[in-house]
This record gives sequence, structure tokens and C-alpha cells, in this order.
Amino acid sequence: MYAQMVKTDAARVKSLDEMEPQERTFQERVDQGQKIEPKEWMPEGYRKTLIRQISQHAHSEIVGQLPEGNWITRAPTLERKAILLAKVQDEAGHGLYLYCAAETLGVSRDEMYEQLHSGKAKYSSIFNYPTLTWADIGAIGWLVDGAAIMNQVPLQRCSYGPYARAMVRICKEESFHQRQGYDILMKMVKGTPAQKAMVQDALNRWWWPSLMMFGPSDDASVHSAQSMAWKIKQNSNDELRQKFVDQTVPQAEYLGLTVPDPDLKWNEEKGGYDFGEPDWEEFFNVIAGNGPCNAERLDARRKAWDDGAWFRDGLTAHAEKAAGRRAAAKIAAE
Amino acid sequence: MATAAVDPAARQAALFEFLARIGDNALILGHRVSEWCGHAPALEEDIALANTALDLIGQTQLWLGLAGEVEDKGRSADDLAYLRDGYEFRNILLVERPNGDFGKTLMRQFLFDAWHYLLLKALKGSSDRRIADIAEKAFKEVSYHLDRSRDLVIRLGDGTAESHSRMQASLDELWAFTGEMFMSDALDAELAEAGIIPAPQSLKPGWDEIVAEALTEGTLKKPADGYMHRGGRRGVHTEHLGFILAEMQFLQRAYPGATW
Amino acid sequence: MSSEWPLWEVFIRGQHGLNHRHVGSLHAPDAEMAINNARDVYTRRNEGVSIWVVRSADITASAPSEKGPLFDPSNSKVYRHPTFFDIPDEVGHM
Repeated sequence: MYAQMVKTDAARVKSLDEMEPQERTFQERVDQGQKIEPKEWMPEGYRKTLIRQISQHAHSEIVGQLPEGNWITRAPTLERKAILLAKVQDEAGHGLYLYCAAETLGVSRDEMYEQLHSGKAKYSSIFNYPTLTWADIGAIGWLVDGAAIMNQVPLQRCSYGPYARAMVRICKEESFHQRQGYDILMKMVKGTPAQKAMVQDALNRWWWPSLMMFGPSDDASVHSAQSMAWKIKQNSNDELRQKFVDQTVPQAEYLGLTVPDPDLKWNEEKGGYDFGEPDWEEFFNVIAGNGPCNAERLDARRKAWDDGAWFRDGLTAHAEKAAGRRAAAKIAAE
Repeated sequence: MATAAVDPAARQAALFEFLARIGDNALILGHRVSEWCGHAPALEEDIALANTALDLIGQTQLWLGLAGEVEDKGRSADDLAYLRDGYEFRNILLVERPNGDFGKTLMRQFLFDAWHYLLLKALKGSSDRRIADIAEKAFKEVSYHLDRSRDLVIRLGDGTAESHSRMQASLDELWAFTGEMFMSDALDAELAEAGIIPAPQSLKPGWDEIVAEALTEGTLKKPADGYMHRGGRRGVHTEHLGFILAEMQFLQRAYPGATW
Repeated sequence: MSSEWPLWEVFIRGQHGLNHRHVGSLHAPDAEMAINNARDVYTRRNEGVSIWVVRSADITASAPSEKGPLFDPSNSKVYRHPTFFDIPDEVGHM
């Protein structure tokens, strides 16, 4: 997911009886489905967990601009170029909405950037994989955005007001992202044999990393239980992964593609697919910084930030000068 | 007005040439600006610049689309963008300049926008309805581009010592690429005579005024008008264009005839 | 670390005749740039006809703890709502 394995600082989930009155009132409001708003009382763990989760989500959006962004200048038609640019621009917008939501919890955007650039904060593992062909742009829209939507739709109902509202806006805007990806692939599989081969190759490379986006099984995780109690996570990782596979396999079949999983089989009894286990060792390696593109992605973000410092400072300096001049003119006029 | 009979084939060729010039400017500048997506110094700027690039790509589709129509050989805007070689491109050299730092990108944008704005404003009154219609739409977009790039050039000129010196250096470097906007050849003269386009040199006083005003407000020093680079409008480009096209046209060239 | 651009709250009038509505926030060095940024960030899909921006720091908000005293009293003034009054169906639309 865009936010993977978010820690909560909880050793175990407290029951209502164990809580102090303030926390109990808070939990009861969450249980009733009320929204928690900025500046209202909240447990410190809730605040910190949300900052981790929302900032990780935001970082994923802006790091996520990079793998697709590197095909904007190579898009094969003017229309594809415009669509891809608009999509990657939307991701910047989504990053912005999410940073703003996190800022309501008392952390600044610059602090969050600092955490990203220093490697302290994480972003989704998926963006550390390379985009090698144009079919990868289709595969990202179809699979990566598809997986993201699966997680983001329920987050529109999460307990923290600003996060929920950002999610509503994001889901609305993102509705075209998955379709544009699938549309790219539909066109390609109807094309030349080379194009079809490119699409199958993209699926082969993106299938497992997409399943890893949901994170390892968290049925036994105390963090997951706590996040669910706080309603900042609605479904377990396995539930979402199952839903994703069930939804995606028929779409792959429609494209005439083979899902690269020998264990994939329809299970009549459970009404869903059985499927193989992703390579979690690879996942933990990517998370730990050993993915194929970790270094490039972080370098690109750091470079954008460092190279832009003079620009941001220049505008700040001008705004201060202009305000000073306005104030002086006002005094002179009086 | 000219009373001599117009040779339709020559007129068609002249019109195609003009549309390639204006369309290629939008295409190449849009491409350059889009290179920033994901790398701008602030999220807000990243998003704003992408809007400019999107407008320019949209304008490219309209201008090159019309160019293909006028040419009447069945070439689409995509064919023109993706299947011509460098010597067939007609953009001015300014728009193919590398992005440099964010300040240089903004300075290039401002110098171009000020001219683009005046050109489109004049084209709204073109005697060719099709051109006037496209200009009408593009003019609104470009008015905003100019507002924004002018504002940022002023702010950065009048910002810190560093932002000032970076903007001045960008201006000094790019200045020699501004003259090409106002150069005129027989084709320009013919189309201007027919009321289809403004005479290029007629835009110069207005451009001088917009630029001088902004530079003064931004405490930047206008460079002296020395030698002006030229060539793009007749297909003689700098080395940069070849690399832009190698990247932009890669898929269409590697997989001839494939549709995407 | 150099100083961060201040945060602004953005309000957009979606259509003529409607109220401005809070849509989100962004960073900008001053009000004029906040307006430009808001145009680029929050109206990418044709969403607005007018934009207001205000520095987040300049907003005075009611304290959450006062929520009871501020808003509960109006709960009891149910007669302010049209549904309080039963009008027989025969009377027609009112």
C-alpha cells in the first residue's frame, strides 16, 4: 500500500475500561463513527501514528511521480503525453493535499521532507522498481493505481477529518488513473507482436511487487489491530490483497495475458482465487533500501529540494521586502 | 491589400510553414517544461509548471493539426510531431535551450510568453478564421502563463542576492536568442500582407515594453542588443534539438507503424 | 533549514451565486502567489470562478472544548426548523 507497515507505538490495544476518561470519550466518538478534527484532544499515539501514515502516503505520491515521470518525454503520441503529464501532476497534487492533512497534526512539510531525505521516513516499496518500457506506464496505472484505490476508498471513512477529506478529493481525481493505464494496455495488446510481448513482460515484472504493496500478512499485528480500533485502517492486508487478486485476474484474462503465478487457481468454495506467496525477502530488502531504484529515487528528491533552495529563499525574501515597502508606504501616507 | 492574384499552392505552402513554426514552438517548449515534472523546487511550482506544459501540448495539437489539414497529405499532428527530422522543425532556437536551473526555465518562459502573448493577441484578428479560432483559445492560456512567469521573474530578480544573480545570468545568456522572434522573411511578409499574421517586427515595441517594465521592477539589467542567433525558423537548429527528438520520437521510430 | 513558506487556507466559489467553500491548503510566500498557486492546484478540473486565500495562522477557531456551550443551545430551538410544524397534507406545499 502507499502506507506500509505503519507502527503505532502500542504494546496492545486497550479496552474502554482501561482508559482514562478523556481517552475513553475519544474512543467512543471514534467507535460511533464521528470524525476527529485538528486541535481536538487525541491520544499521542493516535497523533504520531497518523503523522507516520499520512506522511508516508504523501511521500509515496511524490516519489511515485518519478517512475512514471521519466516517460513523459517519451510518450508515443501528443495525447498520451498530455494524459500522462496530467496524471503525474495529479500525484503531486495528492502529495500536497496529504502533506497539508499531516500539517494539521503539528508537523511541518519541511520536517516531513527532512525525514524523507534522510531516509528516516519510508514510502511505498513499489516505486523502487524501474519503468523500462511504455507498457510499464500502462501496468502502473492498472495495477499500482488499482491497488492504491483499493486502500484509499475505505480511507475516505477514516476517523481523522482532514485525512478523510483529502482522501475524498484524491479518490475523485484518481478515478481516471487506473483507466488510463488499462487503456494503454488494451491498445497495445491489439497491436503488433512486439507490443503484446511488452505488455506481458510488464505484467511479469509488476505483478508480485503490486501484491507486496499491501504489506505482509498483519492478522496477528498489534499495530494493525490498534490502527483498526482507531479507524485509520479499515481492512487487513490479506483481505485487501485477496480483493485485488479477485478483481485483477479477470482483467488480465481480458487482455489475453498470463498472470505469472503457477499457484493461481479459482477456489469455488471461498469464491476467490488461491494464489502464491510473494517473495517477502525481496520486499524487506526493497524497504531496507536495496530495491533497484531506491538510490535514484531518493537522490532525485534530494536534488530537487537542494537545487530549489535558492528559489524558495528568493521568493521569501521578495515577499518580505514587498511587505516592508507596503508598510512603509502606509506610514508615509498617514 | 495586394491585388495580384495569389498562387494557391504557394499560399498553402506558406501557411503550412507558419503553422509549423508556431506549432513547433509550442511542442518543443512544452516538452522542455514537462521535463520538470517531479523535479521542481516546490510542489506548488511543480503543479503550476505542469499546467503550462499541458496548455502548450494542447496548443501543439491544434496548430499542427491545422498544419496537416492545410498541407492535405494526410499527416496528423502526431505524424508531424513524431515523424519529422530536426531539419524539418521550425521552432525558434530559444525554446530548445536546455532548462538549466529553475530560474533559467522561468526566464526563458517569460521572454517567450511576452512574445507569444502579443503574437496570439494579433492572431485573434487573423483573416484566416481557423487561425483566429485557435489563437482565441490559446490567448487565454498564454495570458496566464505571462502573468505567472513575469511575476516570478520580478520576484526572483528582487529576491536574495543569489536569486538576483542567477536571474541576471539567465537573462544575459538567453538574450541573444530573443532576436529570432522578430525576424521576418518573404513568407512572413506575404502572410502579413494578406492579414493572416502580424508582421514579426510589429510585435517588437510591445515586447520591449513588457520586458523592460518587468526587468526594471525586478531590478534586472536589460542586456544590450548584440548579435542575435537565428536558424530555427528555417530548420537550422542547435545540437539540443536532436536529443529532444531522439527522446520524444523513440517509440514511434523504434516501432514503425505501431499504434499506441 | 531556511524558513518555510507560510500555509494558506484556500476557499473557492465553485459556481456563480454559491458561497466560497474551503477546499484545502497550500504553501506560498505571500497572498498574491497563494492565489496563483490555488488556481493551479485546486482548479485543475474547472472547479472555480473565484478564489479566496487566508493565512492559516490568521484564522481564529472556536475551541473544541467550547463545542457544548457554543452549539448545544441551538439544539433546543427546534422551532427554527420547518419540520417542527405539522401542516396537514390538504393544505398543500408550504
